[in-house]
Amino acid sequence: MKKEITGVLLVVVFVLASVLAAGCGEGKTGPEAGIGKELTGSITVAGSTSVQPFTEVLAEEFMAQNPGSKINVQGGGSSQGIEAARSGAADLGVSSRELKPEEKELQEFKIARDAIAVVVHPSNRVDNLTLVQVRDIFLGQITNWKQVGGQETEITLMSREAGSGTRDGFETLVLNQQPLSDRALIANSTGTVKTMVAGDKNAIGYISMASLDDTVKVLAVDGVRPTVETVKADQYKISRPFLYVSTDEPVGLTRAFIDFVLSDAGQRILEDEGAVGVK
Amino acid sequence: MKPFGNRREQLIYYTICSGAVFVALTLVAIVAFVAIKGVGCISWEFLTEIPSRMGKEGGISSAIVGTLYLTLVALVLSVPLGVGAAVYLTEYQPRVSRFTRLVELSAEALAGIPSIVFGLFGFVFFVIFLGWGWSVLSGGLTLALMILPTIMRTSQEAITAVPVEFRENSLALGATKWQTTSKIVIPSALPGIITGVILSIGRSVGETAAVLLTAGSALGMPVLPTDPARSMAVHLYFLASEGISMERAYGTALLLIIMILIINYLANLSLRRFSYRLKG
Amino acid sequence: MKETLIEKLLFFSALVSILAIILIIIFICSQGIPLVARVGIKNFLFSTTWDPANGQFGIATMLVGSLLVTIGALIWGVPLGMALSIFLAEIASPRVAGIMTSMVELLAGIPSVVYGFFGLAVIVPFIREYIGGPGFSALAGAIILGIMILPTIVNIACDAIKAVPREYTEGSLALGATRWQTISRIVLPAARSGIIAAIVLGMGRAIGETMAVVMVTGNVTRIPGSIVEPVRTMTSNVVLEMGYASGDHQLALFATGMVLFIFIVILNLVVTASLKAGE
Repeated sequence: MKKEITGVLLVVVFVLASVLAAGCGEGKTGPEAGIGKELTGSITVAGSTSVQPFTEVLAEEFMAQNPGSKINVQGGGSSQGIEAARSGAADLGVSSRELKPEEKELQEFKIARDAIAVVVHPSNRVDNLTLVQVRDIFLGQITNWKQVGGQETEITLMSREAGSGTRDGFETLVLNQQPLSDRALIANSTGTVKTMVAGDKNAIGYISMASLDDTVKVLAVDGVRPTVETVKADQYKISRPFLYVSTDEPVGLTRAFIDFVLSDAGQRILEDEGAVGVK
Repeated sequence: MKPFGNRREQLIYYTICSGAVFVALTLVAIVAFVAIKGVGCISWEFLTEIPSRMGKEGGISSAIVGTLYLTLVALVLSVPLGVGAAVYLTEYQPRVSRFTRLVELSAEALAGIPSIVFGLFGFVFFVIFLGWGWSVLSGGLTLALMILPTIMRTSQEAITAVPVEFRENSLALGATKWQTTSKIVIPSALPGIITGVILSIGRSVGETAAVLLTAGSALGMPVLPTDPARSMAVHLYFLASEGISMERAYGTALLLIIMILIINYLANLSLRRFSYRLKG
Repeated sequence: MKETLIEKLLFFSALVSILAIILIIIFICSQGIPLVARVGIKNFLFSTTWDPANGQFGIATMLVGSLLVTIGALIWGVPLGMALSIFLAEIASPRVAGIMTSMVELLAGIPSVVYGFFGLAVIVPFIREYIGGPGFSALAGAIILGIMILPTIVNIACDAIKAVPREYTEGSLALGATRWQTISRIVLPAARSGIIAAIVLGMGRAIGETMAVVMVTGNVTRIPGSIVEPVRTMTSNVVLEMGYASGDHQLALFATGMVLFIFIVILNLVVTASLKAGE
């Protein structure tokens, strides 16, 4: 018994030591073999959770076409993606907001656009708001649905968190950078905002066009509804970019993946999934 | 045993019992809520296929493997360390010592650190500073630190509860300190230790925030400890919060709950076997 | 020889907790302290304005939020947990106790995201319909947390109660004390240190919980007027904004984590000290 336990302890220590050593030694494998015909090796693409579903589907298709390659898709958020690209933890960072001035030294590739839809509860009588009305509602100057032609009830505001790509786009394009009303409820994902709006008759919120479904009602803004066509034609004003970023000029597998995403096939996948292509 | 006598006593008795009933009902409500919403999508394919289109199609096999893998790495590290620490503090240190107080304080502080902060730390330390990237290893070690205090404190409680006579008798019979500890004290305390381990398994299987930041969220099947992995809890969070598929989210949650039931059952089984053997 | 080796190994195990906490403190503080120093401690802790885009980092509202939600959870979670512990250790037959114990273990295993969605789908609408306010509130957070801390409290408190020597109970009953007198005057005081540990760990769990709280409390950065108004906790602040934060904003989130950590240490000390003083 004594020997057994000591033995077990020693084995554990040994295993730990070797695992740690292996971990230190290996690190991550970057893009290998630059320009060969056969694409092999693995890359990591990390960042914005709003873009992650799209990247997943793109990576899946890409890996099916290039069986030797492996693309690891990670979430984390735009800033973490940018940070990961900078530190080398990821080969490509993914951002769903415009780069800040201090981030501009990175290479950026605009892969798609996404409209931000203004949504309310399906039972809401209101169908159309002007951009100014939307702004006044989110600034807290209009507080009752009656003021914009609805029932006489207080408006419940739903917003995304500070720093979110969706909120960043919304604040720039709708609020003119004025501070959002401090009464707005905050959630940190599209799905949660949608659930919140779908559950509250008096709610108004804004979410990515790609995740719209019939649990919420989409409002027309200045008479225009968000669709692929109205965004491409610049008629629907509230939209934001989906970006891939890297520190250096991408080569090898990374380059091949970006080329694939920007190709017609890649853009078609993006549009099938609900984003707006850049071509 | 003597019943609860007068009216006041009976009132207290019923209050306590209704508290227990209330907890049981709450649990049933939560499980039923998840089961009703998620049972529809569970099938053989759901268990065995790798997710595709971000989880809209395919199954969740890689997430199941990722969950088990992460938990295993966490336990391999934290159980020996946690139990070892508890043994050292209770058996090898005087009852009141500065060192014990310091370790306990550290453990309390560790227990108090929110998982998101563990995640931040794991991300900065394991992923970036040590350069392990998002991997089972980074995630498992972060989880190990997270569950270490639970294992240590429950083991400590359990070991302290072992009657002093047990030790005295064993030592009097000429056993060494370690013989006494390993053959008498730890076996007697095992039920308590196992409960702590079960709690910890539950915590690491269900953890989302810390795993997301340290093991990543890649959908592929993890093989090496240096591969990134997505746990079921992270998968569920993505399915639900990004609005990919609520049904699949609840299906994953249901599987997670079933998995925990199985783990608990196995642990209890081994516990019963064990106490049976002790009695001879 | 072997005995000393084992003792060294065990000593090392005990040391790990200390090393881990030191490492975590160093890494979190190295990120958090510079920002707090720049903003000023007073400003950081007592300003109610959180506007990261404009360099306003005040977390007073979140201090209040965390306190409110945690106290709320303890107010009903601790009595419930204690009742359950007494039930398991002193009242229930072994069969019933076995079933209840498995249930509590299962409760511990349910991922917090599931609690969050349960709260979102059941508790939030309930509060909105029957109590008032938008539903997303400190109350919703406290209710969910009260359930979530049960396993922690019950597991430890129950063991502590069971560990009280049988002779104490028997002696008391033999002297003519009633069941409840025995439990409240003999058993509970004898199990005091375990119960204190249970409550402190439960409190740590409550104040540190993120994923469930963030979904049900509404995350508004305002001092709430009542418990049915939305609040943001410190943990929520980190999990909400970490994904997209960069630069000072990210440092401010690390600083929030740091304050949270200090807060918990102080809370632990206060509780331990006050309970000791009450002896």
